[in-house]
Amino acid sequence: MSETNFVIEMKGITKEFGTFKANDNINLQLKKGEIHALLGENGAGKSTLMNILSGLLEPTSGKILIDGKEVTINSPGMANKLGIGMVHQHFMLVKKFTVTENIILGSEPNKAGVLDQKTAQQSIKELSEKYGLLVNPASKIESISVGMEQRVEILKTLYRGAEILIFDEPTAVLTPQEINELMQIMKALTNEGKSIILITHKLDEIKEVADRCTVIRRGKSIDTVNVSTTSQQELADMMVGRSVSFKTEKKEAYPKEVVLSVENIVVKEGRGLEAVKSLSLEVRAGEILGIAGIDGNGQSELIQAITGLTKTESGKIKLNGKEIQNNTPRNITENGLGHIPEDRHKYGLILPMSLEENIAIQTYYKKPLSNKGFLNPKEIKEYAKKLIEEFDVRTQSETVPASALSGGNQQKAIIAREIDRNPSLLIAAQPTRGLDVGAIEYIHKRLIEQRDNGKAVLLMSFELDEILNVSDRIAVMYEGNIVAIVEPKETTQQELGLLMAGSSLEKARAAVEKELGKEPTHVE
Amino acid sequence: MDIINVLQLVFSSALVYSAPLILTALGGTFSERSGIVNVGLEGIMVMGAFSSVVFNLTFASQLGNWTPWVGVVVGGLIGILFSLIHAVATINLRADHIISGTVINLMAPALAVFLTRVLYDGRGQTDIISENFGKANIPLLEKIPVLGPIFFRGTSAPAFVGIAIAVLCWFVLFKTRFGLRLRAVGEHPQAADTLGINVYMTKYAGVLLSGLLGGMGGAIQAQAISLNFSASTIAGQGFIAMAAMIFGKWNPLGAMGAAIFFGFAQSLSVIGNYIPIIQDVPSVWLQVAPYLITIIVLVGVIGKSEGPAANGKTYIKSK
Amino acid sequence: MNNKSKLDNILVPVFSVILGLLLGALIMLVFGYNPVAGYQAMVQGAFGSSFYIGETLRQATPLIFTALGFSVAYTAGFFNIGVAGQALLGWLFSVWFALSFPEIPGIILLFISLIVGALAGALWAGIAGFLRAYFNTSEVIVTIMLNYTALYTANYLIRNVLSESSDTTARIPEGASLRWAWLSDLTSNSTLHGGIFLALIMAVVVWIFMKKTTAGFEIRAVGLNPFASKYAGMSTKRNIIISMLISGSLAGLGGAMEGMGTFQNIFVQGGIPSIGFDGIAVALLGLGNPVGILFSALLFGALKIGGNSMPLVADVPTEVVDIVIASIIFFVGANYLIRMVVDKRAKLNKGGVK
Repeated sequence: MSETNFVIEMKGITKEFGTFKANDNINLQLKKGEIHALLGENGAGKSTLMNILSGLLEPTSGKILIDGKEVTINSPGMANKLGIGMVHQHFMLVKKFTVTENIILGSEPNKAGVLDQKTAQQSIKELSEKYGLLVNPASKIESISVGMEQRVEILKTLYRGAEILIFDEPTAVLTPQEINELMQIMKALTNEGKSIILITHKLDEIKEVADRCTVIRRGKSIDTVNVSTTSQQELADMMVGRSVSFKTEKKEAYPKEVVLSVENIVVKEGRGLEAVKSLSLEVRAGEILGIAGIDGNGQSELIQAITGLTKTESGKIKLNGKEIQNNTPRNITENGLGHIPEDRHKYGLILPMSLEENIAIQTYYKKPLSNKGFLNPKEIKEYAKKLIEEFDVRTQSETVPASALSGGNQQKAIIAREIDRNPSLLIAAQPTRGLDVGAIEYIHKRLIEQRDNGKAVLLMSFELDEILNVSDRIAVMYEGNIVAIVEPKETTQQELGLLMAGSSLEKARAAVEKELGKEPTHVE
Repeated sequence: MDIINVLQLVFSSALVYSAPLILTALGGTFSERSGIVNVGLEGIMVMGAFSSVVFNLTFASQLGNWTPWVGVVVGGLIGILFSLIHAVATINLRADHIISGTVINLMAPALAVFLTRVLYDGRGQTDIISENFGKANIPLLEKIPVLGPIFFRGTSAPAFVGIAIAVLCWFVLFKTRFGLRLRAVGEHPQAADTLGINVYMTKYAGVLLSGLLGGMGGAIQAQAISLNFSASTIAGQGFIAMAAMIFGKWNPLGAMGAAIFFGFAQSLSVIGNYIPIIQDVPSVWLQVAPYLITIIVLVGVIGKSEGPAANGKTYIKSK
Repeated sequence: MNNKSKLDNILVPVFSVILGLLLGALIMLVFGYNPVAGYQAMVQGAFGSSFYIGETLRQATPLIFTALGFSVAYTAGFFNIGVAGQALLGWLFSVWFALSFPEIPGIILLFISLIVGALAGALWAGIAGFLRAYFNTSEVIVTIMLNYTALYTANYLIRNVLSESSDTTARIPEGASLRWAWLSDLTSNSTLHGGIFLALIMAVVVWIFMKKTTAGFEIRAVGLNPFASKYAGMSTKRNIIISMLISGSLAGLGGAMEGMGTFQNIFVQGGIPSIGFDGIAVALLGLGNPVGILFSALLFGALKIGGNSMPLVADVPTEVVDIVIASIIFFVGANYLIRMVVDKRAKLNKGGVK
């Protein structure tokens, strides 16, 4: 092969799961020493492609060349041998093991099978100094920060002598400072001759570090471009497949009485730490309050407390004037709550149950769906059919298990169930996660429609675009508190980003104005 | 009886009853550390007991004193073979671990008694073995004044071997490459998989080790306590061993300690009549003690998080 | 698609039974027995005369109860491996009550004794349910431990309280017995008793409860997804306890069938009563469905009773039957194997049509 400046070439990669083509004839070329972004929406097939490269999945067809030679990567061990290392989005770390044990696992230094911890710690120390990856080798994973966990993941690949590093959505769980550090680390790695594939759907990250970018849409590779000569808008258009209007149509909001008021509540998370610290907020009828923040700043716990799924340690929560803290979920629901839960597979649906039963799951115990403890199957069926039709849930029939529906239609079924009960407060947590553009638009419209009908809507999302487009007011959460409440018209992505990282509103405004020469750009 | 004699009796019979529990609990520890719940320990013990007795009856004339020891090895090997059923079912065929363990427990007594009938003219139980473990004196240590006679004279040799094996198991689990990988597979199989560790093979190793040690435990039970094989040779010891494993927090040394304690409780219900104070306690209390203590410990001391994180979950490698 | 999965659901137990019987035949063959003669003896011994049919039905009776009990908890997501201990206590307490109050008129005494048996089972299972609900303790471990606790306690009570150092108790009062003369007459003096009708009724009741009531809906929902059920306002704690209470009371009734029907007393047990684990096997084979449970209880009853004839008629050890039962459950548990084979064949056939 003459052009061996490509360390990796993936040619015509296709991966089928049953009849579904997750990857359809994808091509990707990685140059030595570059940071190559792999851009695509959720579900576009990025992770599948990279799982193929790291040996977790086997492609249905296509070939992979490394340094010009064709290879078969049939196991992660093989990928390791070929110098490919993956930094997984969900860290692959054994919580009860130490940093050292996690790093050496699978290629342990040993004498006759007995672990040689000393040698291990020595080589970890060397690596960590060389690349500026600060870790404490003796700490257990369960006691270190998320940022350090990620450094452990990176060290795992370097320890195995990886030349090619794949980063799968590495910034999703990081604070802005940690993101900055990560970018520095990635640059340091390429300076040492490593090549990097960065999987992401965040355009600013690509602009910041990547040299080239391959865009994937619905399992197909669309194009590979030089990042420096391509604008964010162009990248976005390629990713989504049409000119993206970042604006959702909506009228002015006319907020009325307070529907939900949260006063100084404290909520603890699983390990007993305070996840929500004396937080207060209000949502009024006829408005959408958006909660912005980086994952893990107490948003989920806040919503779990309001909906009765977790204990409120102290403080008051009032719904329609009635105190509901620490009430049962059923009580709160009957008091006027509709809830589109964050994890629809865990909380929103009982996947093996039929769609009709899932639609009835909030109201099965009431007339007419049941009478004196006995279910009325006929009424349940009719009710389900009505909602399926009204909310355009695409399904073979109402008797198929909920698992047979696509993500978007599952979410529509949940929304139908929650809105139809006519709740005065609708809580939507990450309502569009993992959905395609059409479903996202539909859901946004329904949320706004609720607002226009005089309901209160609380929207929690990690997607800033969504927050900016749908909300009437935005509350930014950081470390269990609301650090600022701003109006979408008066803020920018940059400002929100700084607020989400914990800076005060004044500081954030000053910083943004300084950087942009007093011309705060509104998101278009 | 004087005090030294009483102590000697208490200690030696506690050890006699602990020996099978120690080994079987260690076996359970390996299986569960690899993420495979093993409620089939009872059945594995049955097969170990059966095969060792058959071996003992057949070869006692040739092997003499060594017969029970070789019998333990035979019991372990048959235990490995039998535990293969559990391994295949849970690892490859994605069976629920509890269901598969229940199958083991249903299958073992049926198969063992069936084979007993085949081998011994249709009788459901074997003859008494001639070469059993009996009581042993531990060389050198028995000479220590006062302590020697109490702890090391007229005692159970398999128990001391079991204690040594427990220390070895601890070393293997926490100090060797194999142990690290086994624990990783039980905690986070996918992480292990991404690092090139063969998850399925490692789980096999865990289950087969439980077969080896459980089979040895059954063989000791048969050749030290029941001295023949019948359907009632193993009556709950496998489940007590499982309790000891939990009580010992899935740590070989903890499991060993718990097994000795439970063995002590079991022995009291047998020798209690000879001991002042204890002889007034209805034996039913001593019989149920291990089980009730385990429940209390589960509720009070050990949270659910103590066991291996991915214990009981089928790992399905995506393709 | 729905029909297809239903077909799959029936295929698994059917194939499991066939494979289990084949394995039994193989074992007979390997050890020099005649499998045809063996199975012939078994079928004869299970259905060959009205006496044998009566015995088979009698054997199936407690299994229907313990299997229904197991399946209720299983549907709610709990593996009640303790049905054996619960059944034993149901047996013990129903007999104890009947022996203690001989002055109560027969049919009323029978009725109350059955209820006492059900309550005993319910309480014993309820312990595990309570601990699971409030302390998150594994119900598998707790019920295993409670099995042996029940065994030793029952034996102690039989020897020391219910009798004077004897291994069996006195017989329950004639009037409280489930052994009805016309049933014995009908089946040439078999031990068939009225419990079989109660078993059929309970199967229908459990079916209606699970499929047609809101409480049954909640139990199913909690079993399939406790998180979503909590979100939808169901109390997981309450459902854990309710399902274990129901499970235990059915197991207790199963035990009471032995006390009030089959044996009319209770005796010292050498081990955990087999109606427990056999009931679990019946429930697993019946896929937790009351109709399936009736069929598989009948099958297992026939295997067990027919198995008794095998040594006498065909000189085959009766344990073959237990090997067959264990194998059947192995294949049910490892149903992935059967589904895989069925799916592959279906795919091949489709390819052929093209």
